Amino acid sequence: MGDLISAIITVVVAIGGLLALLGGLYWLTSKLPKKWQEGARSWVFLLPTMVALIVGLLIPTIRTIYLSLLDDNGKSFVGLSNFKVIFTTRGTRLTVFNSIVWVALGTTVTVIIGLVVARFADGMRGEKSAKSAIFIPGAISLVGAGIIWKFVYDGPPFEVGMLNSITKSIPGLPASMGGNGDRIWLLERGFAGADPPGSAPGFNTFLLIVIFIWASAGFATVIFSAAIKGVPDELIEAARVDGATDRQAFYKVTLPYIRSTIVTVATIVTIGGLKAFDIVAATTGGRFGTSTIANEFYVTKFVQGRGGLGSALAVLIFVLVIPVVFMNRQAQKRAEEMMGA
Amino acid sequence: MAGVTLNSVNKVYDNGFHAIHDLDLDIQDEEFLVLVGPSGCGKSTALRMVAGLETITSGEMRIGDRVVNDVEPKDRDIAMVFQNYALYPHMSVYDNIGFALKLAKVPKDEIDERVRKAAGILELTSNLDRKPGQLSGGQRQRVAMGRAIVRQPSAFLMDEPLSNLDAKLRVQMRAEIAGLQRQLAVTTLYVTHDQIEAMTMGDRVAVLKDGYLQQVDTPQNLYDRPVNLFVAAFIGSPSMNLCEAQLNGSELRFGSRSVALPDSLFAARPALRGFDGRKVIMGFRPEDLEDAAISGDQDPAHRFSAQVSLVEALGSELMVHFDLDAAPVDSGDPDAVEVIGEHATGVGRFSPRSRVRPGENVEVALDVANMHFFDPDSRLAVWG
Amino acid sequence: MSMVDPTLAPAATEAKTPKRKRPLSTGQATSRSLTSRPGRIIVYCLMFLWTVPTFGILVSSFRPEIDVKTSGWWKWFTDPSITLTNYRRVLSSAPGDDNMAKFFMNSLIITIPAVVLSVGIAMLAAYAFSWMNFKGRDWLFVGVVALLMVPLQMSLIPMLQLFSGGAHIGSVTIFPDLNLVGTYVGVWIAHVAFGLPICIFILKNFVSALPKELIESARIDGAGHVTTFVRLVMPLSVPAIASLGIFQFMWIWNDYLIALIFAGRDKAPVTMKLAQVAGERGNAWHLLTASGMVSMILPIAVFFALQRYFVRGLLAGAVKG
Repeated sequence: MGDLISAIITVVVAIGGLLALLGGLYWLTSKLPKKWQEGARSWVFLLPTMVALIVGLLIPTIRTIYLSLLDDNGKSFVGLSNFKVIFTTRGTRLTVFNSIVWVALGTTVTVIIGLVVARFADGMRGEKSAKSAIFIPGAISLVGAGIIWKFVYDGPPFEVGMLNSITKSIPGLPASMGGNGDRIWLLERGFAGADPPGSAPGFNTFLLIVIFIWASAGFATVIFSAAIKGVPDELIEAARVDGATDRQAFYKVTLPYIRSTIVTVATIVTIGGLKAFDIVAATTGGRFGTSTIANEFYVTKFVQGRGGLGSALAVLIFVLVIPVVFMNRQAQKRAEEMMGA
Repeated sequence: MAGVTLNSVNKVYDNGFHAIHDLDLDIQDEEFLVLVGPSGCGKSTALRMVAGLETITSGEMRIGDRVVNDVEPKDRDIAMVFQNYALYPHMSVYDNIGFALKLAKVPKDEIDERVRKAAGILELTSNLDRKPGQLSGGQRQRVAMGRAIVRQPSAFLMDEPLSNLDAKLRVQMRAEIAGLQRQLAVTTLYVTHDQIEAMTMGDRVAVLKDGYLQQVDTPQNLYDRPVNLFVAAFIGSPSMNLCEAQLNGSELRFGSRSVALPDSLFAARPALRGFDGRKVIMGFRPEDLEDAAISGDQDPAHRFSAQVSLVEALGSELMVHFDLDAAPVDSGDPDAVEVIGEHATGVGRFSPRSRVRPGENVEVALDVANMHFFDPDSRLAVWG
Repeated sequence: MSMVDPTLAPAATEAKTPKRKRPLSTGQATSRSLTSRPGRIIVYCLMFLWTVPTFGILVSSFRPEIDVKTSGWWKWFTDPSITLTNYRRVLSSAPGDDNMAKFFMNSLIITIPAVVLSVGIAMLAAYAFSWMNFKGRDWLFVGVVALLMVPLQMSLIPMLQLFSGGAHIGSVTIFPDLNLVGTYVGVWIAHVAFGLPICIFILKNFVSALPKELIESARIDGAGHVTTFVRLVMPLSVPAIASLGIFQFMWIWNDYLIALIFAGRDKAPVTMKLAQVAGERGNAWHLLTASGMVSMILPIAVFFALQRYFVRGLLAGAVKG
């Protein structure tokens, strides 16, 4: 209770103080010569934003880049050797591969599921509940999603995991595929007797990507659904009169029409995949070969205390985001050109 | 080539709204029939039923000899031009025009030939590689037309295709579409709310109101012999002046004014005698009025005086608005802008030589031979 | 005022989704393809797949410990027994128990001020970027949008250093050592800083789409920026503020990484506590499932109650991202 009260007092004081400060500064601008007033007032409006963005994002970003060029104690300059370490050490190289698979597979499947649901649920009886059902996981925290699926994947000593009981009920399934139902799935890098090479993503990584898809598909569905509903009715009708079947109308008219939305969603999901930390942390903690760059960043810096390598991993995420955003811009431009804009 | 026939067609939506009531319509082969009516009258619904985009609740729809009630739009051999053109924004003009042929698996070189021919007719040849977004409104309209004509369908269906164009372009495209239809000789059903479009384009015009067909006739007949009050008021601009009147022998009294009706008028409308001593609705078109000072008709029995409220000088003519103290009549057009007040008002189309001014009293000469009369109860025109 | 309405209809938030045009208000056209049977079956399968895991957690959280540990949750249908013991345990503050109630409260204390601050500050900025004139306005806005690209991870380390040790050049203190780690204030600041770019982006889209005539007529009537902002722009932006507020609420409530680094064990939100419990009591599924439900109940309730606004917020966010 004391916590709550002190929090409320802090908030009231903070907001009141902020408003008083801004109000005072705004009043001061009226003392300025006329031609400077508008400019000065704009900066009063922007003051909290600028402070927060410069202190919270801009300077830290620059500093992280700088730290990534130093050694783990932040003492001596080591050039790009932290990045070299990432790509030459087996463990970190695996996390990079894992992240790439997260992005490639996670994004593709999420977009496809989103399109499938948005298309087939459109106009269906129970459309709303279908979309809600797909979306609910998106309202849950990724930590929660991790717990939910950890329960599904759970194995011995308790036989309470759904996956095990499903594989067990399939007759003739080899034990290496869960035929006898006593696997701890999240520990399993191999599947069906085949073990991946040391720096290739294991089967458990795919199980984690399933969670990611499960959590993101609702977002894709909602956006695609709105986009599909935004295709003018007349266009679909024209296609029907022109002789298109429903399928043809979808592939030749609807899909091209919502192309830029698809690109946008794919970009957002991709960036989400690159930043994937919560799911990994809440399920395996990155052990058993399931770590991703974002998880490795946390472990390296905040568990192992290696500032240089940790910063380098953060920079790596940033560096991977940039081309994705850039490709998005290009694809958007192409989509706009396609629409003749 | 084929005609289109609607036999007691009804449309009732799932929510119970009865949009079309027993519509009978027979569009002849190669005919240009315009379906006109105020907003919400069901004209678009009717057209969409012909296209197969709306289901038919009851009745029979034929294209040519074939009953098409349950035939998919793509199998009806029709082409449609939509109000917003419905051009595929991601396809070039060429692909837009050729899309239907491509879906029908027409050989490539034949598609090319037909698309280029259609583009030639519509003067789109230099724009074939452009996207719809890069075209002007008029050009988009042409692409929409091109998409229709390239298919050589047995019927064109057009849903207010000119409503998105500016006034000048609309006049031009009106003539172009009508000319094109005559050149191609394809049965056409054209929907509009604009009675001028209807009158200028159609071989025949069908007037629809609240889902009921009012009258189908040639434009001139529709104008000269409207069957009821609604058609009378709907066709013509400015619309027909209407007010309540009392018939006593040959004297027609409306408010405090009256005119004398000649015997020839009764001879042409024998049923009018039956209204002797009763109320009747009188109607007269603006062009049947003239400033008595310059009118050729000197008979004082065909004149009445009125106070001028407004004069609109259009150069070639004057639109003179005046007040009458007779009871007004509501024609039932939901799109009519005038507010029905306590008294009727009238509009005369005077020669610009007239010198009337707002606020003055003017003697108005009425061409009584062209007057219209309607039964105040049934609202039907009195001819018989 | 009639000109206001069309533009007001959440112009920015629904920019990507032009309203569908219907030929008749009553119309239920046959034009929309009725979903085919295989399509429907696929959707039903996905619906099933997407709800079952959550449902398993829900059921398990009400089952007695012994049942949860000895049989799969689907056995509950044949052997239904319900208990609230799991919830009582996870919510209790007795030593050895997880005291989820406290962490639930922490989540609220973290989330609500962070939402209010980030949306409020972003609103000020959105107004400045839309309706005030100053040099470099457009460039500055591009800069803010560019920050959308920066992943959270890029600022965590320096911000943590700043919070725990301040910033000094030689002996000159640029930023005092406030020791904000493990305080609500630190978490609030982090959330506000990281949330601002997207908030500004969404609100700017909306605010700049307000009718120019309105703002100008207010100016002619003698309103200054403060009056215009408080009396005109804020009330007109309520739909956008509501959508964004809910969006931010979910985002901050569900955050894990920021909490993990800035909150500390005592001020941790439910997500962080949940992850911690999962690590410590890996197999105590009867407690884990109940804790999970406690952490999810609010966002799910918010989603169902305010679905429309939330979806609108999502749509606005997806215009760019």
